[in-house]
Amino acid sequence: MPELVINGIPYHAAPQANLLEAIRRAGVDLPTLCYLEGLPPYGACRLCLVEVTPSGSPAPAEPAVVAACAYPVRADLRVETHSVRVVAIRKLMLEFLLARCPTSRVLQDLARAAGLDSPRFATDGQADELCILCGLCVRVCQTAIGAAAIGFAGRGSDRRVAAPFSLQSEACIGCGACAAVCPTGAITIEDVDGQRYLRTWNTVVPLKPCPGCGQPYTPEPLSFLRELGAGIDHLWGFCPACRRKHAAALFTGK
Amino acid sequence: MSGRKAAVIDTLLETGLSCLYPDKIKITVGMATCGLAAGAGAVHAAIAQRLKQRSLEAVLTKTGCLGCCQQEPLVDVRLPGAGRVVYTHMTRPRARALVDELARGALPTGGAWTAIDEEDTPLERQARRFPRVFGFEKIPAHTEIPFFARQRRIVLRNCGLIDPTRIEEYVARGGYRALEQVLSAWSPEQVIAAVSASGLRGRGGGGFPTGMKWQVARQTPAGQKYLICNGDEGDPGAYMDRTILESDPHSVVEGMVIGAYAVGASQGYAYVRDEYPLAVERLATAIIQAEQHGLLGKAICGSGFDFKINIVRGAGAFVCGEETALIASLEGGAGEPRPKPPYPAEVGLWGQPTVINNVKTWATIPVILDRGAAWYAGLGAPKNAGTVVFSLVGQVANTGLVEIPLGMRLGELLNEIGGGGIDGRAIKAVQTGGPSGGCLPAELFDLPIRYEDLKEAGSIMGSGGMVVLDESACMVDVARYFLDFTAAESCGKCTACREGNQHMRQILTRIVQGRGEPGDLALLEEIGAAVKASSLCGLGQTSPNPVLSTLRYFRSEYEAHILEKRCPAGVCRLVPEV
Repeated sequence: MPELVINGIPYHAAPQANLLEAIRRAGVDLPTLCYLEGLPPYGACRLCLVEVTPSGSPAPAEPAVVAACAYPVRADLRVETHSVRVVAIRKLMLEFLLARCPTSRVLQDLARAAGLDSPRFATDGQADELCILCGLCVRVCQTAIGAAAIGFAGRGSDRRVAAPFSLQSEACIGCGACAAVCPTGAITIEDVDGQRYLRTWNTVVPLKPCPGCGQPYTPEPLSFLRELGAGIDHLWGFCPACRRKHAAALFTGK
Repeated sequence: MSGRKAAVIDTLLETGLSCLYPDKIKITVGMATCGLAAGAGAVHAAIAQRLKQRSLEAVLTKTGCLGCCQQEPLVDVRLPGAGRVVYTHMTRPRARALVDELARGALPTGGAWTAIDEEDTPLERQARRFPRVFGFEKIPAHTEIPFFARQRRIVLRNCGLIDPTRIEEYVARGGYRALEQVLSAWSPEQVIAAVSASGLRGRGGGGFPTGMKWQVARQTPAGQKYLICNGDEGDPGAYMDRTILESDPHSVVEGMVIGAYAVGASQGYAYVRDEYPLAVERLATAIIQAEQHGLLGKAICGSGFDFKINIVRGAGAFVCGEETALIASLEGGAGEPRPKPPYPAEVGLWGQPTVINNVKTWATIPVILDRGAAWYAGLGAPKNAGTVVFSLVGQVANTGLVEIPLGMRLGELLNEIGGGGIDGRAIKAVQTGGPSGGCLPAELFDLPIRYEDLKEAGSIMGSGGMVVLDESACMVDVARYFLDFTAAESCGKCTACREGNQHMRQILTRIVQGRGEPGDLALLEEIGAAVKASSLCGLGQTSPNPVLSTLRYFRSEYEAHILEKRCPAGVCRLVPEV
């Protein structure tokens, strides 16, 4: 079991443990934006940076800086989460993100907590940009949902998330997982007149009405699940309120 | 030792020797991209036509790049039994005149630059010597020209001296002998031990001990292992890998087969950037030839070992030279790097152990196995064994490709081999390691060229780019120029590189336009240090180097731009009121 010395205090970690998880279990909080348990780590936002030195080596003047969320612990390590240097670097990363998305409440809150007043950098792109390119929407759609409807397009400062060619997605199932995991609320989904508008992806998905109340509920593309779901057929397509009523009626025989 | 295999090599050897040293007049035209760009194609055609017109019996052939690229087109002529004479800057009229002279039984001295009387190859223990052609006694031998004399051509051993499309010539100069030896008498562990003992460090820029990387891959249990040749050479002005693939592709093939045997890989990929069509073509030809002769493919050299190589072309991204981004691209995705650890030798292509090495590293392997680890370790400097190939370009007299033992002083490379500055101007600085390297000033030219020394001075060895700058260059503009490149090539995945490079670029642009502010220098240093420390991959970890090193060594130029609104080199148009 590798030994981690975190800010001078020794802990034991499971082999191949995620360094961020180990640090959090040790009671140290680190900000993260692109990390979500259950999805493979990505290492994009650079907010969970820490300094690491292999134990037994002399501590260099400037230890290696790594993103804790994407670092598997394999050997004994010394970890510094709050050295003057690494705190300053994390603050700069936040400053970069705030310059990119100045109106983001989430970033403003993080900035206030970090003692960052206003960025020293001008905002280049759209003033109301909220996407921080963390990749959570892409990863949840690809890995957890399996639709892979959206991905990254463009390179460098042109990078953005979109469905292929920014056209109506053929693969989107309208589940809304992307909006649910987005840390900055950059993805808007609106249900209007029986259609689900995923405006961020230029995509519209029709909704089928609930058999109970008639309100639009199930995204049309999810219909394929009906064939897979043994045992839920009798509840298929019901909205949550009607499902409760319907299931209760079945149970009580009314 | 397989009887069948020994016969194959021997036949190739005999044919190869008669190709290299025929009984007829032999005219060779340098036809790598450098030569072709200078007009070698037309020269070759003119010679072919004239030979026919004069009914002159001669062998007309092509070769790769000899390294003195700015002298191209190069034509060398070999009279039977004698050494070669090399003509530079060949033109069609002079080529036709050359053939006419040959038809009269003579050889013109005009335009002759050097004579190659001695052909040594690291794979042979003794040089072949030829008598000097009569009448050319005054022409310097190539061993007397500093450009060549101070080099140690091991990786470039065959470049410019063989026809790269003839496997026979590669074999005649000792090729595939190491492979045959390894497969018949060595165990994979012995191969890895030799590579480790040689001290070879990856020549793609990382400088990681090659033997150690192979050992990790060998030890990682897996049903399938892969080998990759990183031919995505992206540094502007650097074309060492291109030259090797165009001029001596078999050296890479042989190195990869040996490596595959050592590591236990059955499939290899050569990832070559799309912008190198001739390199792809020549490598493809070499692969086909090697397969035809049982040196690649199934049951190599009659042994039970199978290995095949497929070529995959890049799609125009500098970041794909980074190993994990290259792997992502090979897998069919966008070229986006992945966090390390785990390293490709443990988890690489499709999650399998993968050894990925640079073209020059692969080309070195056969020599190490043939001459021995101790021999290679004895070259160069402590912890910096062997030689490195540099693409020497910019404001220097002799531009081209040079290969020197590690540990040589920077000044010796620039002045003795490079011939110093041009147009009477002194060399002011040299950028080593490509667009991610640092600019080192003339005061540091006593620095030995070693990985650690360059790093400490604020630069990197990189893949071998060496751009020379003189007083006509503005160091602020140079930093901005390289940052423009790396910022445009950033994949954009991580905040540090994507945003940090953009902001540094914007600040530098303001400065060269005359709108710099006093706080800019401290801000550049702050951003640069943070981006270097916190970027996900090598691109961001090195992109601030041009800025940081010019701030360290040429701060006065920055200060002049900001405080005096003046460009000392007279390059930038500073217009404060924009």
